[in-house]
Amino acid sequence: MSMVTSSSYLESLLQGQPQLPPSPLAWFNQLRASAVDRAGTLKLPTTRDEDWRFTDISPLAKLSFQPARAVSTLQAADVEGFYLDEAAIRLVFVDGAYMPQFSTQPDKARDLGLTVTDLSSTAVSSHGTVIEPHLGRHAGFQDNLFAALNTAFLHDGALVVAPRNAAVDAPVHVLFIATQPEVASHPRCLLIAESGSAVTIVEDYVTLQEGAYVTNAVTEIVLEGNAQVNHVRIQRDSPQAFHIGHCAVSLAHASRYRSVSVALGARISRYDLNARLAAEGAECAIDGLALISGRQLADTHTCIDHAQPNGISRQLHKCIVDGAAHAVFNGKIMVRSGAQCTDSTQSSRNLLLSAKARVDTKPQLEIFADDVKCAHGATVGQLDIEELFYLKSRGLSEIAARNLLTYAFGAEIIDRIPVASLKQRLERTVFEQTKRS
Amino acid sequence: MIHQDSKVLLEIRGLRATVNGIEILKGIDLTVRSGEVHAIMGTNGSGKSTLAKVLAGHNAYQVTGGSITFEGHNLFDLEPEERARAGLFLAFQYPIEIPGVSNSHFLRLAYNTVQAQHGKDELDPLEFEDFVREKMKLLDMNPDFLDRGVNEGFSGGEKKRNEILQMALLEPRLAILDETDSGLDIDALRIVTNGVNKLATKDNAIVLVTHYQRMLNYIVPDFVHVMQAGRIIKTGGKELALDLETRGYDWVGAEHRAAVEAEAEA
Ligand SMILES: Nc1ncnc2c1ncn2[C@@H]1O[C@H](COP(=O)(O)OP(=O)(O)O)[C@@H](O)[C@H]1O
Ligand SMILES: [Mg+2]
Repeated sequence: MSMVTSSSYLESLLQGQPQLPPSPLAWFNQLRASAVDRAGTLKLPTTRDEDWRFTDISPLAKLSFQPARAVSTLQAADVEGFYLDEAAIRLVFVDGAYMPQFSTQPDKARDLGLTVTDLSSTAVSSHGTVIEPHLGRHAGFQDNLFAALNTAFLHDGALVVAPRNAAVDAPVHVLFIATQPEVASHPRCLLIAESGSAVTIVEDYVTLQEGAYVTNAVTEIVLEGNAQVNHVRIQRDSPQAFHIGHCAVSLAHASRYRSVSVALGARISRYDLNARLAAEGAECAIDGLALISGRQLADTHTCIDHAQPNGISRQLHKCIVDGAAHAVFNGKIMVRSGAQCTDSTQSSRNLLLSAKARVDTKPQLEIFADDVKCAHGATVGQLDIEELFYLKSRGLSEIAARNLLTYAFGAEIIDRIPVASLKQRLERTVFEQTKRS
Repeated sequence: MIHQDSKVLLEIRGLRATVNGIEILKGIDLTVRSGEVHAIMGTNGSGKSTLAKVLAGHNAYQVTGGSITFEGHNLFDLEPEERARAGLFLAFQYPIEIPGVSNSHFLRLAYNTVQAQHGKDELDPLEFEDFVREKMKLLDMNPDFLDRGVNEGFSGGEKKRNEILQMALLEPRLAILDETDSGLDIDALRIVTNGVNKLATKDNAIVLVTHYQRMLNYIVPDFVHVMQAGRIIKTGGKELALDLETRGYDWVGAEHRAAVEAEAEA
């Protein structure tokens, strides 16, 4: 990796853009082109930007990352360990590139009544009319360099469409595997849940190596009227990686969005989740867990935008911070003037396991309607002395007692994941991770 | 039961302890031998729970004087978990709720830790499930309590049963039951005390902390101690509890003061 200055970093990133095959769709080419233009004018955020106050990504600017090379050597045996038993449909991407040989065939999804495919130019043209109103329309890139970069590089990605009234229990597993150090990849997902449909998606970032790389992901989720989406997002990138994630969710009337995001990996990670309750009676539950140690930094910014009346939002965000790690949570709840009878609760709970661990948590309520119910709270604490004593008085060692309590703290979020095998796997991971610390 | 060849399990000599710099225990002497049942009675605030917590090793209490020997070990050398593994058990007056830790997981961890200490085999979740269900029958406990968080949302009485369930699993040499009777209705009291009696052998001992004689109808003590202001001021047999029930505690205090004054004059 060579050292470059901040601006040349962006240049190098953009120049590194491979010759992406043009799409037969003019709007698609245009979207990419305007993203390239926009990315050229935006600067890398610094800690002087309010939104990035606690998250110094300057280390990212000091590295230059190449586009990933095509991988040919990977065998199914290398990646099978990441598969989920329950997932009927799986899309696998390696360093950002779609891997049909590891993914389930599109007709399998069709049998279940879903459209699941990659976002390659052929796929984009065959689903053009469905995609066009949404792709790049929810995760705007005017003020967001990373979203602009992601869109500029748009050539592969996951497309999931649940047609009208389709209800599929089995989750769609979108697996992003990092195999090369010193590369940047730009994973992209678009999920469209048409009216009355119900679907579960697991967005899963994993690695087969311990090096430094950049994952710059953008996900757009559209819920039409009465649709239900369960969204699980797991970030298990390498301990040296940079992970920037952006998710934009749009909720139509009486739709229901539930998400659980878990951040375990990456040296520096940032996840922005923006949910817009754009029509009456929409409901969302947004839960998160960051479990970090060493010198990790995990920053979660969420914005729940109540734009219309009778919306409900529930949010529980937890951080478990050990070593000299640093967790950031910024939870904005916006209730616009028309959004009467909004019912919103937000809770940020944080567990500091060492003297050097740090958390910055900031609820941010902006309420412009008068008839609303909004409750929020934040706690930062250590393990409870009385609980520890109770466990030790039954023979558990200090370490076992601490692990058990730490694990329980995180399990409250993990328990909300509606995919049993993933839940068990994460519970084991959390247990192992707390054990080590 | 008092036996001929019983051995000393617990020996407390001149124990003093403070909390937040305030002296609560002001010189306690107590000897407990295997096979015995002791009752410690006394008004609220006399220091009974403090004594129990000091025995279990709670670090909010500073021991400022005296000694405690448990089965030949200096108890102060042992961490709380080592005391538990050595066979000392405290049934808490106010058991802690631990949401998120499943009761069955917790009970199994505790059981296996103590089993391992005795060089015995640990039980896997399925084996343990069968084992613990048998023990729960003894206390007429609904197996549903296994799936809940530790004491989470349990009623007062349910928490007390869960404490005795832990005693039944860990089979301690010395069990200190701190106000286990409070919060139990009369049927539950019968069931729980019956369970405790089944666990009593000639090799272990029980110290009951209570301020009512009610429980002592079911678990008959060999010795009754009256505690006041951090001291044991009177020791007698089971009939002392009945006396306290009819006459209250005041006369014991008066008698003690008179004795102290007489000693001072002599
Ligand atoms: N952690 C503590 N902090 C402050 N005071 C305490 C604490 N624990 C006990 N005490 C005080 O010690 C005295 C004895 O309490 P305790 O041992 O609970 O009495 P008992 O169990 O006999 O009712 C009381 O005055 C109580 O307020
Ligand atoms: Mg007490």
